[in-house]
Amino acid sequence: MLKGNKNLVTYGMLSGIVMLAPLFFAGGYLLNVLVFVGINTLLAVALNLLLGFAGQISLGHAAFFGLGAYISGVSTATYGVNPWAAMLLAAVAVGLVAFAIGFPILKLKGHYLAMATLGFGIIVYIVFNETVDLTGGPSGLSGIPSFTVADFSFDSDMKNYYLIWGITLVAIVLSANLVNSRIGRALRSIHSSEVAARVMGVNVRLLKVQIFTLSAVLSSIAGSLYAHTMTFISPTSFGFNFSVELLTMVVIGGLGSILGPLLGAGLLTLLPEFLRTFQDYDIIVYGLLLVLMTMYLPGGLASGFTAMCARIRSRFSREVVKNAQG
Amino acid sequence: MLRVEGITQKFGGVTALSDVSFSVAEGCIKGVIGPNGAGKTTLFNIITGIYAQTSGSVFLSGEDITGLAPEKLAKRRLVRTFQNIELFCGLTVLENVMVGFHTRSRSGVLSCSLKLPGHLKEEHAIREQAMACLEFAGIADLAETPADSLPFGKGRLLEIARAMALDPRIVLLDEPAAGLNSRETAQLGRLICKIRESGVTVALVEHDMELVMDICESIVVLNLGRKLAEGTPREIQENPEVVAAYLGEG
Repeated sequence: MLKGNKNLVTYGMLSGIVMLAPLFFAGGYLLNVLVFVGINTLLAVALNLLLGFAGQISLGHAAFFGLGAYISGVSTATYGVNPWAAMLLAAVAVGLVAFAIGFPILKLKGHYLAMATLGFGIIVYIVFNETVDLTGGPSGLSGIPSFTVADFSFDSDMKNYYLIWGITLVAIVLSANLVNSRIGRALRSIHSSEVAARVMGVNVRLLKVQIFTLSAVLSSIAGSLYAHTMTFISPTSFGFNFSVELLTMVVIGGLGSILGPLLGAGLLTLLPEFLRTFQDYDIIVYGLLLVLMTMYLPGGLASGFTAMCARIRSRFSREVVKNAQG
Repeated sequence: MLRVEGITQKFGGVTALSDVSFSVAEGCIKGVIGPNGAGKTTLFNIITGIYAQTSGSVFLSGEDITGLAPEKLAKRRLVRTFQNIELFCGLTVLENVMVGFHTRSRSGVLSCSLKLPGHLKEEHAIREQAMACLEFAGIADLAETPADSLPFGKGRLLEIARAMALDPRIVLLDEPAAGLNSRETAQLGRLICKIRESGVTVALVEHDMELVMDICESIVVLNLGRKLAEGTPREIQENPEVVAAYLGEG
């Protein structure tokens, strides 16, 4: 019960920060960056379900993100489908793709799984580039409409900020609920011992495919949000580099933690913006930070954050005791 | 309850088991013993669907369960533990046991992520039943401890508690006393008897002769992949072939 209340406080604070943040950056360039933090957080939450909890690597998640974006983009810009319907259509289509490739791919383990998902990502990337008639090829697809509700159009950064962060926060809460349920326990048990999980009656093969599909669907939703916010997409946003970046966000944030994806995505999206001042040397600072972080915070930012809170709390309670004695 | 017939297992040119048959009567404790390399663990791996045998059949209460996957056996309430304990690290002790209720709970992704009332009710019931399993194994006080920080002996007890969560008809214990001190072994012996008293059939592979002779009603002896003898502890102790296999005579 106490634990539930603590979670509520965390979510409440988190929502509060998210709600108020735009007031400080209204209309500015940073607000645009924060929109990306939201999308990347949603993607990191999706990948964390697969990698952090079920322990299955994917080096092709940018492909699901891209498929979501392109299905949304093409169906609205070219065929005039309503953006919300397009988002749903993309989610269902990507879910089916993930489910179909999940069965053969997830039989593989470790490096082989990484290679297979990597291969999938590259194939999808090539398709985006080569099907020029459909996707516009390397020069991209423009004229994607924004989301609308009746006469209200999500046509500014501010409106999209609230839309995207609303969905992202809901995804965080739902994924937190999921990992603390029977399904989450089964996922985490696969991570640690597949054979014991099977002996306990967990259908490991099916569950892996299911979580892979769920993760892909969430990525697809992020893709649709991206497409309708940017109104322009091109294949470079969905390449191998971005898959690796997503992976880095999840690892830096903290594998298998609820707030990890938020912290990881926040850091890795904001950092390049602040490192602009170092100009050409930004990549060195970036690399150095990642190395230091993996050395000194192997549990990710989330574990560092928790440890810091605990230290502050214990110092605070010591002060209280001291004051009481004094 | 459990019957194995003519189990043969070849790994390339090596015959790990050859034509092994025996049965485990309902409600009894059956011991499988034999020198190292006799094929005991291989036999357990075949029964529990982890290896596919070269030939032979396994029956559970008359039903042919040959080659069924472990998760299917779990539904038929056959469960095992492992020689090198396989706990779920990253989960608490209680959560480890709660995984054992997976087959008997229904909540789907939607119900779990939205915390629908049905799911919450089910979760509450699972938690209580899992606590009962921990109490059964005498480790209820460790419920909230992370499983990876348990000492080895407690880890064994947790594995047994987790197995009991499936409400099994039969439990296969693979060297449950390995790595335990004498006090822990005695405690384990009492726990195994308690499992049998609760109406669950037990089969165990074990090296600790004192424990085996003490608790088993019936014993199978394997040597070099063959069944050497079968009988009550007294018969086994007096069997010259068994003595020879263990002491290296003849």
